[in-house]
Amino acid sequence: MQVKQQKSIKEIDEVIKKYHETGGLIRILQKTQEIYGYLSEETQIYIAKKLNMPMSEVNGVVTFYSLFSTKPKGKYTIGVCLGTACYVKGANEIMKKLKQTLEIDEGETSADKMFTLIATRCIGACGLAPVITIGDDVHGRLNVEDVPKILEKYQNSPEKNYNTPNNHIK
Amino acid sequence: MITSIEMLEKIRDDAKKKMAARLDKAYREKQYDVLVCAGTGCIATESEKVRKALLKNVSEKGLESTVRILKTGCFGFCKLGPIIIVYPDKTFYCEVKEEDVQKIVTQHLEKGEKVTELLYRSLKDDKHKETIEEISFFDTQKRIALQNCGFIDPEDIEEYIGVNGYFALHKVLMQDTPEKVIEVISTSGLRGRGGAGFPTGKKWSFTYHAKEEEKFVVCNADEGDPGAFMDRSILEGDPHCIIEAMAIAGYAVGAQKGYIYVRAEYPIAVDRLEKAILEAKEKGLLGNNVLGTTFAFTLELRLGAGAFVCGEETALLNSVEGKRGEPRARPPFPAVSGLKQKPTLVNNVETLANIPKIILNQPDWYTKLGTETSKGTKVFALAGQINNTGLIEVPMGTTIRTIIYQIGGGIPRGRKFKAVQTGGPSGGCIPDEYLDTAIDYESLNEIGSMMGSGGMIVLDETNCMVDIAKFYVEFSQDESCGKCTPCRIGTRRMLEILRSIADGKADMRDFEELQELAQDIKEGSLCGLGQTAPNPVLSTIEYFKEEYIAHIQDKRCPAGVCEKLKRHKIISEKCIACGLCHKVCGFDAIHGERKKSPYAIENEKCINCGACFEKCPVQAIERG
Repeated sequence: MQVKQQKSIKEIDEVIKKYHETGGLIRILQKTQEIYGYLSEETQIYIAKKLNMPMSEVNGVVTFYSLFSTKPKGKYTIGVCLGTACYVKGANEIMKKLKQTLEIDEGETSADKMFTLIATRCIGACGLAPVITIGDDVHGRLNVEDVPKILEKYQNSPEKNYNTPNNHIK
Repeated sequence: MITSIEMLEKIRDDAKKKMAARLDKAYREKQYDVLVCAGTGCIATESEKVRKALLKNVSEKGLESTVRILKTGCFGFCKLGPIIIVYPDKTFYCEVKEEDVQKIVTQHLEKGEKVTELLYRSLKDDKHKETIEEISFFDTQKRIALQNCGFIDPEDIEEYIGVNGYFALHKVLMQDTPEKVIEVISTSGLRGRGGAGFPTGKKWSFTYHAKEEEKFVVCNADEGDPGAFMDRSILEGDPHCIIEAMAIAGYAVGAQKGYIYVRAEYPIAVDRLEKAILEAKEKGLLGNNVLGTTFAFTLELRLGAGAFVCGEETALLNSVEGKRGEPRARPPFPAVSGLKQKPTLVNNVETLANIPKIILNQPDWYTKLGTETSKGTKVFALAGQINNTGLIEVPMGTTIRTIIYQIGGGIPRGRKFKAVQTGGPSGGCIPDEYLDTAIDYESLNEIGSMMGSGGMIVLDETNCMVDIAKFYVEFSQDESCGKCTPCRIGTRRMLEILRSIADGKADMRDFEELQELAQDIKEGSLCGLGQTAPNPVLSTIEYFKEEYIAHIQDKRCPAGVCEKLKRHKIISEKCIACGLCHKVCGFDAIHGERKKSPYAIENEKCINCGACFEKCPVQAIERG
């Protein structure tokens, strides 16, 4: 654990070094979130110190943009597109079904830490409405009945975690 | 490194030879170019699997010398993905699955016979269409911004050069002064495609005249309108045209550095842009000596992080600087003080996509298309309750009716058209009485909507207009950055009233207040987001007032959408007493006698889940 943690701090230092110029903060936060899965308070403080910036400024940016998360996420993030095209084609019903099946609310993570459920903005796949994204995959032309089948596919997949936070910076 | 016109011409001529199956109309050799759509839509329907299967099958059959399998950008007909087009015969295959591939290879690519069952079947005459040119979806379209989308491989710079790519850049660097370039763009009448329609030439001229050493060009690729995917498709299908256009803009206004601000929600677009920028650098089309001249221009990508307001140009600039994406007060405009307080030109993706073509074809070619005030073409994303969802490009001045019925193929399941929503959260709903409006910036404003970036969502009788207004205000409310009060608090109050209307709890006083509030927010907000947020409400009130009144006075949702006001009723004259509704009802709320008397719903038990509505084979159940 200790070795892994040091490794990720090193990675973050590299990210900061690489993008430390004007306009770099968002890039640094994006890359850091890729490494940890989310941006904990400790992580934000660490970045603020490194950049010689008030923590409030870093936190202000983190909380402004919806793609930044301050909480750990499940193995897969399910994004239900609530753009107009999906909305008029019944995306709300899909959302309801997902909430019901996973027994969680929007923004929460399932008890088995497999899925985090969020509503996303239009992903531009309107031709396939309604759509959801799971990790990097897009599933389109959905019916409420398709939901359990799709979830099952991920539950049984042996794929490695790519969305899970490893640990905190202490 | 390309340093002379001869070198550029050599690459083009070599590429043209390779692309002969597509470019040469008299091409008769048995050499196929098979284009597989690799846009987000088709990738989601597994076009990558199809492409890999094609590659495998072709190599197994030893056909590599006569068949090339290529990735391209979006063909526009997203509904029918995955799509494949075979050149030179222009065969259009749709909804191709992995298991269909073998047949395409053995029948078409080996023997030259088309696979009939995979051809597009027209909704009108139910006949298979042999080539892309026979399909009515493409008939009335005129592709300028999308010219290369679905025609070239976006990841191969030589294919772009093969269709005269980077020749416009070469032309301006060699022959034109910056003033001349700006004059050409001004004469073409091109206006900003991001929504507001500001004359592009004027914007360039303002930035050119700003007296500063350092200037910037920024491409606004933060396509945030829900239901719009024009920019995404251009970036995915033709990234080099944006790079070329930005370099031309840089030369014209005197900027040496450019930024492309693209949404992180578009991973494929980001990936292809990254590759394209790298390739352009390697070829000397970006860098310190562009095309061997003294003109220097470099490009960098910036990813958005999920904030709609960043599509507003001053908010976008803050975000490029790594700050919170809050808008700045204007003036000063970005042309005077933008990125890092330096003069900055901000142009939208589709606007830029037109630039190289205007330069190469001369402005009068462009002004021939369109209306008096709006020249050229416009790309629209068709979605919602329409048969042919997808991406289209039509000359300005095309009527809404042509777009929805001729290109879009009308409304599915014989339902009735209700309205078309344009302009996203800033726009409005257009009812059927305006279907014959010829689209341009002014005409859409006159009828209470706006061009916006080009999203067109078709609504039918199953959509509730109060619900749609609520949807958009929810969106604007959520995306309000919070800097100014009218937008931050005003949209929230509007949303509260809309929610109470949808729940059947509002009275006419609330309704008046909603309209007053809408006006105040329009006038008092700092940026475009707040100023236009009330539009969906105002336009639905103007054209569908009776629906609001039904919610408020009769406590009824005519379309049967609003949860709290949904009511189901069986029309006894239509009921055939099959009993299916009784069976499907989980609450024992439907009773009758099979094959004898019509069924009826017990209102006290009914939870309005709609299961019976979906099940009824003769549409005897009414909702609303």
